[in-house]
Amino acid sequence: MSFNSVWFILIAVLWIGYFILEGFDFGVGILLKVVAKNQAERRAVLTTLGPLWDGNEVWLLVAGGATFAAFPEWYATLFSGFYLPLFLILVSLIVRGVAFEYRSKYGKAQWRNRWDNAIVVASFIPALLWGVAFANIVRGVPLEKSATGAIEYAGGFFNLLNPYALIGGLTTLSLFVTHGAFFLALKTEGDIRVRANAIGIKMGLVTAVLAVVFLGWTLAALTSKASVVTGSLIVVVSWLAALAANYKGREGWAFLFSAITTAFVVITLFFGLYPNVMPNITAGGPGLDIFNASSTQYTLKVMTVVAAVMTPLVLIYQGWTYWVFRKRINPNQIAKPESGVLDSLSA
Amino acid sequence: MNALDLARWQFAITTVYHFIFVPITIGSGFLVAGLQTAWYRTAKEKYFRATKFFGKLFLINFAIGVVTGIVQEFQFGMNWSSYSRFVGDIFGAPLAMEGLLAFFLESTFLGLWIFGWDRLSKKAHLATIWLAAIGTLLSAYFILAANAFMQHPVGYVFNPDTGRAELKSIVAVLTQTTAVSAFFHTIPSAFLTAGALFAGVAGWMVLKGRDPEVARPVMKTGLIVMIVAFLFVGLTGDWSARVMTKQQPMKMAAAEALYDTKANAPFSLFTIGTLDGSKSVFQIGLPSVLSFMSTGDVNGTVEGVNDLQKTYAEKYGEGNYTPNIPLAYWSFRLMIGFGGIAALFALLTLWYMRKGGLPRGKFFLRTMIALPFLPILGNSFGWIFTESARQPWVVFGLFKTADGVSPGVSAGSVLFTMITFTLLYGVLAVIEFGLMVRTIKVGTDMTPVQSGESKTLTMAY
Repeated sequence: MSFNSVWFILIAVLWIGYFILEGFDFGVGILLKVVAKNQAERRAVLTTLGPLWDGNEVWLLVAGGATFAAFPEWYATLFSGFYLPLFLILVSLIVRGVAFEYRSKYGKAQWRNRWDNAIVVASFIPALLWGVAFANIVRGVPLEKSATGAIEYAGGFFNLLNPYALIGGLTTLSLFVTHGAFFLALKTEGDIRVRANAIGIKMGLVTAVLAVVFLGWTLAALTSKASVVTGSLIVVVSWLAALAANYKGREGWAFLFSAITTAFVVITLFFGLYPNVMPNITAGGPGLDIFNASSTQYTLKVMTVVAAVMTPLVLIYQGWTYWVFRKRINPNQIAKPESGVLDSLSA
Repeated sequence: MNALDLARWQFAITTVYHFIFVPITIGSGFLVAGLQTAWYRTAKEKYFRATKFFGKLFLINFAIGVVTGIVQEFQFGMNWSSYSRFVGDIFGAPLAMEGLLAFFLESTFLGLWIFGWDRLSKKAHLATIWLAAIGTLLSAYFILAANAFMQHPVGYVFNPDTGRAELKSIVAVLTQTTAVSAFFHTIPSAFLTAGALFAGVAGWMVLKGRDPEVARPVMKTGLIVMIVAFLFVGLTGDWSARVMTKQQPMKMAAAEALYDTKANAPFSLFTIGTLDGSKSVFQIGLPSVLSFMSTGDVNGTVEGVNDLQKTYAEKYGEGNYTPNIPLAYWSFRLMIGFGGIAALFALLTLWYMRKGGLPRGKFFLRTMIALPFLPILGNSFGWIFTESARQPWVVFGLFKTADGVSPGVSAGSVLFTMITFTLLYGVLAVIEFGLMVRTIKVGTDMTPVQSGESKTLTMAY
């Protein structure tokens, strides 16, 4: 296998990691005000993410950095082309991160409520826009060869808001909400758990419909490769398994299957793309693939060695974190939920 | 303003802002780890209180550093796509390594540290803060190596067919002197900054008579860290200056506003008048010091701006190769000045403390509270100097800033994102500063260390 293909796979792996991990924490963020009715519950919900969200987000940074290193042309065309959606995602991630860290510092209702709203909105936007972005990549976008020979994005912002991409966005949004609900059902006790389970079933069915439309559209209009058909079937089967497990109250299994589903959504889209990384929507037009977008073989080789050594290590210690914080969180474990550490000035 | 100017402003704003928090994070990560180690070794409660208290300040900063760092990872592609295409083969590698080796380490172990007080053994918990701190060092190294390539490209070959630079030796990129000297200049600066923060906060505690058991050792540690750090900053600054003179003589000439090549060149401390090459009205200079700084020899010859401009025009073709001289001249002096004043102040305070007492006097202690701002300003001016005095190049001698901007992104789009980032960062700065002040005012938590199983979580969001 060429290094180009290896890196195509590794980039897919990084996005799989990112969407499985930050996918559930987007879902939890979106559901914050729905599943948690009082301060103790809100804080319990946020505490399930506390030790994890930052490490989850690093998957995105590494996906970005790795794309820069392995496929600089892809990195350059994608991020300068999808300028405004990416900007909205960045602003959301900034606000969300700060909101997690600062919202419980004070007990003031207004302070907390504003940050909570920020968490909901700033989780919603990227959950939607990542789907829009990936659907556009798979669908193909208008690309032109510039005077310097670079292949540049030639659409505008509104070109990205086509019906197929919007369905893609709604699919990731609803998938992440469900995935987040399964995570909360697995990680909490009491009312939150009950509510999360109920939301999981409802949103799970919505997701099923959206995913079928999105994947069906992909197969009907874009590609009918055997690998994409297989991937889509696995998505459907594993999603049904997730819903069944959730229905039976097997929360660990439900979460595992929704993680597998998320992985196979990414795998299916990457199957659809291969060997392209950014196809042109006009057949025969200039496009980016794993060869013309890539770094030199030497760079790919160096990065392969680094990734081969570091990725397993990262998986081990990040996995260990999930093990350390495996216990369910109960709202009654939050001491003085209404007050913040900065409320009172000591004498 | 066109898209190029706006993209440059955006990079300047987002990067300078990000780098306010980075040195504080790097330095205080280690200092907090040190405090916790002291608690682990001695079991004295004062160290526990200090760890918790300064840990809070560290985390408030860390949050902003992390979220503003996300923008850094993506704005090369967004605003500088032509630059990204040109150097991606080389520049992307250290960035990806930074993610894989450093970001995962910091974020994961910091999460364990924050939430792991009651979930890990004392020893394992102590290890998490050290690992997170080591992560910040690794991160600094890789990003400085990437930046060093922009200052002094090595380990590459230009491919005329693709029109881009290609990596030939990753070892050369990661180990070149430019990177190593920058690392050993930047890291002590981070310690200088964190030391000043700790000492400044301790100064406030002394002023208000808070927790003297914590205030005293922290103040002393902060001040000693500052002085030791400043010695290293000075030594490696001298080293960096020599490396710079050799690799980017124009930058050194700009730093001195030295227009004509000179032997025994003086280091100008202060200039009144124009910096545009006409005679200055009034100048205080230290004879031969510039020659020594640049070449290691008081009689050394330092090349001037005019001669370099001529040389570069011959070498690279017609064009303006002179950076903004007043900016370079003053930012260079302000970098050294702010760092130096901070270190002097630290020395003076330690002198007061030599017989075991604490500094007294409201004026003195109030001044001390301002201490952290000095190295922060020094850091900012240092980077403003390094980056602006490299212009017009983005990669010295190889690729111009003007050629790096994204061709497909309109000035309107860049303006919109720039304004939004600036407003957002401004709001965050106000919130951040408010939280820092409040945390300091609330002070150390005097509740005794809890042991054994607890029904409630030690840490919750």
